[in-house]
Amino acid sequence: MDYFAQQLINGLVLGSIYGLIAIGYTMVYGIVGMINFAHGDIFMIGGFIALITFLLLVSLGLTAIPLILLLVLLVAMAVTALYGWTVERIAYRPLRHSFRLAPMLSAIGMSFVLTNYSQVAQGARVKPVPPIITGGYTLHEGAEGFAVQLSNMQIMVVLVTIVLLAMFTWLVSRTRLGRDMRACEQDQTMAALLGVDVDRTISMTFVIGAALASVAGMMYLLYYGQVDFNMGFVAGIKAFTAAVLGGIGSLPGAVLGGLAIGLIETFWSAYFSVEYKDVAAFSILIIVLIFMPTGLLGRPEVEKV
Amino acid sequence: MQASRTAGIPFILKKAFLSACVALVLFSLMIGIRTEAGPDGQLTWWTRFGDLASIVGLVFGGSIIIELLRQWLGPIGAEKLVPAPVQRGLSLAGRFLGPALLVFTLLVPVIFYNQRYILDLAILVLTYVMLGWGLNVVVGLAGLLDLGYVAFYAVGAYSYALLATNFGWSFWVCLPLAGMLAAIWGVMLGFPVLRLRGDYLAIVTLAFGEIIRLVILNWQSLTGGPNGVSGIPRPTLFGIPLDNSDDGLAAKLGIDYSPTHRIVFLFYLILALALLTNWVTIRLRRLPIGRAWEALREDEVACRALGINTTTTKLTAFATGAMFGGFAGAFFATRQGFISPESFTFQESALVLAIVVLGGMGSQLGVALAALTMIGGFELFRGLETYRMLVFGMAMVLIMIWRPRGIIGHRAPTVYLTKAQAISSDLVKEGHG
Repeated sequence: MDYFAQQLINGLVLGSIYGLIAIGYTMVYGIVGMINFAHGDIFMIGGFIALITFLLLVSLGLTAIPLILLLVLLVAMAVTALYGWTVERIAYRPLRHSFRLAPMLSAIGMSFVLTNYSQVAQGARVKPVPPIITGGYTLHEGAEGFAVQLSNMQIMVVLVTIVLLAMFTWLVSRTRLGRDMRACEQDQTMAALLGVDVDRTISMTFVIGAALASVAGMMYLLYYGQVDFNMGFVAGIKAFTAAVLGGIGSLPGAVLGGLAIGLIETFWSAYFSVEYKDVAAFSILIIVLIFMPTGLLGRPEVEKV
Repeated sequence: MQASRTAGIPFILKKAFLSACVALVLFSLMIGIRTEAGPDGQLTWWTRFGDLASIVGLVFGGSIIIELLRQWLGPIGAEKLVPAPVQRGLSLAGRFLGPALLVFTLLVPVIFYNQRYILDLAILVLTYVMLGWGLNVVVGLAGLLDLGYVAFYAVGAYSYALLATNFGWSFWVCLPLAGMLAAIWGVMLGFPVLRLRGDYLAIVTLAFGEIIRLVILNWQSLTGGPNGVSGIPRPTLFGIPLDNSDDGLAAKLGIDYSPTHRIVFLFYLILALALLTNWVTIRLRRLPIGRAWEALREDEVACRALGINTTTTKLTAFATGAMFGGFAGAFFATRQGFISPESFTFQESALVLAIVVLGGMGSQLGVALAALTMIGGFELFRGLETYRMLVFGMAMVLIMIWRPRGIIGHRAPTVYLTKAQAISSDLVKEGHG
């Protein structure tokens, strides 16, 4: 039971990170109708930016951990958002009206560019950081000396996810930008006729998605204590699975799907085999797409002739 | 024209300046600062402002050049029908380029007999030509976007490697078996994805490819895991080995043994396999099943309305494509003598798909030329291993922006009323499967 509770906590934390990445997939798919293959790599870039900013701030002599974390968060979000914007501007916007395969292939190319760019720029070796947020609580002392731990780090990851999700739900449902986004999602031509700047709205979608992915990257860095140039691909596919599972185009669905994928992966590793945890995630992707393509909270897609 | 260009200079400079500013922000942290893990796990960092400055300068200069080119060339108009003279030229070139290339390929081992490097490269190019033609059946003809094609390549390679090392079966027995096993896997993938289309199909095939690779990687008792399978037997000329022994081919023919014999044999083997793929594809296109594939690519709903069985159509496309992938895999295993999961990553799938797309999807000659360009281009960057994939990714993005329809962006229709008129590929659909 204790073991189960511990895995539940770990799974929820991992799921929060996937959920943050999945939001980027779901928003882009909802509006542009394409799988942003490079999104996983944006998450990886976010992790690297956070790492470098952190190093710089520590070297400058800052010691207050909360201040450092806040600054790292802001810098990582800003710079990674610019990456998202640039990727959209270079690789996707010229292909807006091309045939359907074109943006997808362009996105795959962009994913290779980002992965290998960070390998060239920062080297191939794993970059470790010492634990920054330490301490935690022991929730339950088990019989065989196994204790259920809840670390401060885990609390922070979940809190940040909840706060960001609340912020962006408000953004999409209450602000002008959110209204523009929903309008573009329904009908781009009509939205343009009614005075919505479609290009700008799509750009902003990518910017927001990238900013959230950078937060996920930073959480990953703090939680696992390392980043490497290769971590974007698998994390990206899992987050995409989460987005599909939750119902693509739905913001709460993305987080729900993320939590589900995080839990499944953690329990699979804990009770079956660690080696096959990625196989489990990929199998879920296939099963969900085949049997439940609209996901948990999605709307069914009607085929028009 | 002149006036508009001179008036544009402040605009161009402003644009270039903005691009440089964006580049500065993008690269300041990632390139301006280099981190590395020290020996005791402590992170160290140093600055590289020189590199940063040169890259930002490059972006500034590059965006001026791009903007000038854009003004000079004007907007790229979308041509629907290929103009008649161009069409005549293309069909003429198409008529002669193919046979000329084939004759040249046949003569490659004669011309470059003493240049092992060129022969090896030619074998590699032909392997990708074959893979490209195999995937072309699925993506180009049937319009089913497959991002996991490398899975079938892996199935073929491991089938041959395991059958040959465990049971000592010869290459010629294993080759059809490898193709059949890959085809079975193709059907197994095909069944569940029958209802999926477009992006979802792509992502499921990608997941399938990754699953196969992960299983190969982790099923240590069967596949040797990350260590791979080594000591895979070399192919024989129908039982006659190509080695230095007494029953070797050289001894039987009474000529001096040379290791090049085997390379030349491998060259003609893969050439024959590739030509088989090409021939089968061309023949199938003229059969009802090929017509059904192309109809499926254009419009699935109309296809169903006309009474075409989309299930068998899709499954045969997957199985045929997978079978050729399996053949290529078996060849790869026998050529390398050693295989490991590292050879079957997603990057390989993307490379083959890029070859098919660059080749114009559906054009056999285009795919062959694209394979030559891509693999040749890769060889140019041989010394710069880390930059290779970076350049490959950039090339993929640029090709999509510049010529999303590939080098040969036109199609000769299979069925026509009075005369065959090539149409621009803009008029055909892909990936809607």
